[in-house]
Amino acid sequence: MSIFLNENSKVIVQGMTGSEGSKHTQRMLASGTAIVGGVNPRKAGTSVDFDGTSVPVFGGVADAMKETGADVSVIFVPPPFAKAAVIEAVDAGIGLAVVITEGIPVHDSTYFWAHAQGGSTRIIGPNCPGLISPGRSNAGIIPANITKQGKIGLVSKSGTLTYQMMYELRDIGFSTAIGIGGDPVIGTTHIDALQAFQDDPETEAIVMIGEIGGDAEERAADFIKANVTKPVVGYVAGFTAPEGKTMGHAGAIVSGSAGTAQAKQEALEAAGVRVGKTPSETAKLMREIVGA
Amino acid sequence: MDLFEYQARDLLASHGVPVLPGGVAETPEQAEAIAREIGQQVVVKAQVKVGGRGKAGGVKLAADADEARARAQDILGLDIKGHITHRVMVAQASDIAEEYYFSYLLDRSNRTFLAMASKEGGMEIEQLAVERPEALARIPVDASVGVDSQKAAEIVDAAGFPAEVRDQVIAIAVQLWDVFSKEDATLVEVNPLAKAPDGTVLALDAKITLDENAGFRHTEHAALEDAAAADPLEARAKEKDLNYVKLEGEVGIIGNGAGLVMSTLDVVAYAGEEFGGVKPANFLDIGGGASAEVMANGLEIILSDPAVKSVFVNVFGGITACDAVANGIVSALSILGDEATKPLVVRLDGNNVEEGRRILAEANHPLVTVVDTMDGAARRAAELAA
Repeated sequence: MSIFLNENSKVIVQGMTGSEGSKHTQRMLASGTAIVGGVNPRKAGTSVDFDGTSVPVFGGVADAMKETGADVSVIFVPPPFAKAAVIEAVDAGIGLAVVITEGIPVHDSTYFWAHAQGGSTRIIGPNCPGLISPGRSNAGIIPANITKQGKIGLVSKSGTLTYQMMYELRDIGFSTAIGIGGDPVIGTTHIDALQAFQDDPETEAIVMIGEIGGDAEERAADFIKANVTKPVVGYVAGFTAPEGKTMGHAGAIVSGSAGTAQAKQEALEAAGVRVGKTPSETAKLMREIVGA
Repeated sequence: MDLFEYQARDLLASHGVPVLPGGVAETPEQAEAIAREIGQQVVVKAQVKVGGRGKAGGVKLAADADEARARAQDILGLDIKGHITHRVMVAQASDIAEEYYFSYLLDRSNRTFLAMASKEGGMEIEQLAVERPEALARIPVDASVGVDSQKAAEIVDAAGFPAEVRDQVIAIAVQLWDVFSKEDATLVEVNPLAKAPDGTVLALDAKITLDENAGFRHTEHAALEDAAAADPLEARAKEKDLNYVKLEGEVGIIGNGAGLVMSTLDVVAYAGEEFGGVKPANFLDIGGGASAEVMANGLEIILSDPAVKSVFVNVFGGITACDAVANGIVSALSILGDEATKPLVVRLDGNNVEEGRRILAEANHPLVTVVDTMDGAARRAAELAA
């Protein structure tokens, strides 16, 4: 098993014909993902060739789902059009919408989050690398050749720290690694992923990576204490970040005394999570737990 | 982006929110001219993006234009908690009968917007929230619905505003929502929202934060940026589209991905404890691509920082493989030529790492040391900067 994404996932790409969209569609296909279509209203009825694999282009998400049975959409649509793209995916009732786009105005993400409530779509992102269930399917931009299928679950706000941690633990392997994104408002949270990993029989231990800004890690710590029986190790980035400065990710900002790395580490430790000082030390803690 | 008070006031006024007449001045003469036009008692307020202006002597009353000039003379140049005052706002002084509070903000934790309102304004809202939480109404606003007069009435009634100002505050609440939503703000805070002795309700001071991600649909917002206040290196980095933040230390940092760079700063600071407290000199994320040109631009900025004594290049080759990154570093150094004078510690990991390390070894640049692990490289960079 894995979470949110498996070998039966049928994936469409919104924004497949753009430069980022086509580059990463190629990569997803190469890693064995079942890409069943792209969406572009102006190119409906055509198809795009990726190294000999012909991928049909549909006019809308609903059409693509009807024709292909797609249940996952990966969204590369640029910021000015991303809100409409997510709403379209939600209204079509797709199971999972993975929003890779960076730089979406927070009014737009807050809107589409509100719009999705009560519907059947899980949103991951925005401003995220997506998720990978190694050996099964890859929805987003996480490099597929870092590691293999295995027993660790990983949830992270950061893309490159996800890759780093997958690399450090590449010999053990991952059930699913999911980058939830560095924006102030995101769909799937640490808590959602922790719950799913807790329920996934293949996942034996969980790495949780957080960073400064907001209180998602503190909330996750409370959740772990009450609901997670599998071992969790943690890492938090941004101890040296100055107050009031945005550190790359739109959501990575310490405001006054709120959102500090120190507070997040303390909350996680109070919940029984072992927190590494560096990514390597965190990987070492995980090795002690899984005995590898 | 946080706005100055005068910018916030102008933005409120452009959406119909009642404010007092006034203007912004960079010289005592300009302050005098604005006061003369207002023609009655004015208040001269330092324009700095920090609280506690009044206590620091940054807010003064002036009875007439001559006095306004003198007060502006006193306040301009004033250092308020490290912020130098370059401008003052001169506004008509108002007698205040009552002070209220009203704000809209992004509530990250609940992934929604929040209206906060109180009939007890004036003081710091954080203090009110702690001391008398029952006096502060907090009403979630559904982003997909917004605030109409009915929702505004719900907020105003929850805060218990007095009956004689209820209708005025409801109208202002709708206008403030207009500012918040149409300007892509993450904070619109009016404190105080004041009742004048004649019963009129006005926004006397406001804080507004705008979402920079929404800049593509608000080209006019670029002019609100305080270019003069930016660190010169940050300004140059911004021109080159680099995600750079100047810090206080000695080890220049380049990495790819915001999370990895934040982590790199931390790891350098830990390692630096061993070498007399060496710290990272900056945050610089060159993004997933990490091309030679971006690497050269980044190195150029970092090497021009006189505080930098060594540079740590920390790249995980994911989307861009390590060989491409290594080639980027080699060509960046050749583009920079003699300008590159400080030692570089490079750590590469990830896709094609062996090839990447081979390229760097072959180039054998005298300034470059390759260290295999992030922790080890951080230690070496800190040592070189000590």
